[in-house]
Amino acid sequence: MADNKDMETRSWVRHGLRAVAVGALEIVLSVFNVPLLVFWLVALALTPAAGIGMVALPLMTKVLRARTDLVRRLATGAGVVIARPYAPQPQPALTGGWRRFKWILTDPATWRDVAWLLPGGIIGAALGVLILLLPAYGLQGIILLPLWVHLGDVWYGYGVYWPIENFSEGLLSLPQGALFLAAGLIVAPQLRKVDALFAKLFLAPTRAAELRLRVAHLTVTRADTVDAQAAELRRIERDLHDGAQARLVSLGMTIGLAEELLDRDPAAARKLLAEAREASGIALVELRHLVRGIHPPVLAERGLDGAVRALAISMSMPVEVDIDLPGRPQTPVESAAYFVIAEALTNVVRHSGAQTAAVTIVYHDGTLAVVVLDDGHGGADPGKGTGLRGMERRLAAFDGTMTLSSPPGGPTVVTLELPCVLSSPKTSPSSATD
Amino acid sequence: MRVVLAEDLALLRDGLTRLLEAFDFEVVEAVDNGPALLPALLKYRPDVAVVDVRLPPTFTDEGLQAALAARIEVPGLPILVLSQHVEPLYARELLSGSGGGVGYLLKDRVSNVGQFVDAVRRVAAGGTAMDPEVVSQLLARREPLAILTGREREVLAQMAEGRSNAAIAAKLYITEKAISKHINNIFTKLAMPPSDDDNRRVLAVLTYLNS
Repeated sequence: MADNKDMETRSWVRHGLRAVAVGALEIVLSVFNVPLLVFWLVALALTPAAGIGMVALPLMTKVLRARTDLVRRLATGAGVVIARPYAPQPQPALTGGWRRFKWILTDPATWRDVAWLLPGGIIGAALGVLILLLPAYGLQGIILLPLWVHLGDVWYGYGVYWPIENFSEGLLSLPQGALFLAAGLIVAPQLRKVDALFAKLFLAPTRAAELRLRVAHLTVTRADTVDAQAAELRRIERDLHDGAQARLVSLGMTIGLAEELLDRDPAAARKLLAEAREASGIALVELRHLVRGIHPPVLAERGLDGAVRALAISMSMPVEVDIDLPGRPQTPVESAAYFVIAEALTNVVRHSGAQTAAVTIVYHDGTLAVVVLDDGHGGADPGKGTGLRGMERRLAAFDGTMTLSSPPGGPTVVTLELPCVLSSPKTSPSSATD
Repeated sequence: MRVVLAEDLALLRDGLTRLLEAFDFEVVEAVDNGPALLPALLKYRPDVAVVDVRLPPTFTDEGLQAALAARIEVPGLPILVLSQHVEPLYARELLSGSGGGVGYLLKDRVSNVGQFVDAVRRVAAGGTAMDPEVVSQLLARREPLAILTGREREVLAQMAEGRSNAAIAAKLYITEKAISKHINNIFTKLAMPPSDDDNRRVLAVLTYLNS
């Protein structure tokens, strides 16, 4: 408990200090808003001029967006999330050309950025000063006493004592200063939040921009989905062609040959028949594996709950499973979740060096949340390998997301979130479906 | 009889080799990829080549392409193409070249060992062997065939597969004389000049059907 309290104390101090630092930074940055506005407008005015006109506006817009992106980042630190509102860049991304101008000038986000510069600068600077004021006064009080002692009786006053008339009054500047400093640190994050909220008015996407971004996102994920599906179908075709289909051809050939040899060489024919029986068994095994890769029967029969439990049992390490699902998601969602979990567990076995793993599945607020955890050595890199990317793609088709936390030394935690509805409440224990 | 075999799956390559050798063919070379096939065909000039349509590295129609290329270099080089599915389009490409000695069969047909070996021999002898599946796909599609009687369509189908008059007669349980009469009727109805050449006959029919 004491530890907890200690942590909390440190956390508000840290928050406060960070807010004060950002506040100071904002003052400096805000000053640059004015020249930025001037330069951007000049660049806009220069657009008709050949040569320089082609370069100036895109360049200044880039600077402008870097500035507003910084504000968005800082706002996130203050607990206000501001999404990037810009329309996607036209392809191919030309450095000059009319398309680029059109892209910049027809994007309302550009004009909203420009509109923000002046009021945003004023508010940012003013709030920055305000944020600095209280802690600075507090520090003065803390420093004042030693200073006063050092300088003798030439000082003026502090806090409620004005002027300071004796040593004991001077002594009280220390607790007063500490109080002001603490208050400053507590207030600073709130003031930062005000600044961020003000910025949000201008710098967040409008409803139309939000929809446009959503369409762009959907276009990408749809293309990804189509690609992934095509690749999947191709894989299945290949597996069938080289696997079961070839086995059956071979089987027919062996039996046919045996038939031919039946009279001439019965011993050889018998050997061929034995071979054929074995081949038919292998063909069945291959078909079964293939079917499992397309849609595992246990997933069809028992849903995600049973399928993940079955998966856990088949792993080479102990996997703890904790599932709380009041119903079943729709089949495609269920299937996506299953394969991503399977992939995550396969990664655990292959790469993590873990002794144990755990899968937790819960459903709340219309979201299926899955956590796959292992006690391995961590250090998994989402940039490495196509497995994680493939998992993301599978989920993206259903607006699902995946986050990976894998610090060196572990543990590795893969978190999936899939918005979905559960179709029907569980009416019978799963064992009754047999 | 010398054979060059092209099949990427070891299972089927070994099986085919065993089967052919059991019937006194000599498999002089068995390749497992597309690029190696053409040089092998040109080097050995086999009596017949048995080729899988789909081969590495692209796993598309490498085998067919190599077979077509080889037949441009060596006109009339007998090639029997095997596949796990048949496409009338591929059949037309194989037949469009000069001369006979081509075959196109489903891999399934190898299980009827006797018929398969017959087909290999027929192709080696400059005849044709078309899979009944290809033929039926072609016949099912063509409107002009409505002018043929049921019997004539049967004969046409047999003919398209590459069978001789005698073989058709045996298969349909009618005399050879009746068969040639049907064939003449077919040619007349389809407005084709009659010919003695088995192979040319099939080519003409298929080309017409597929035009």
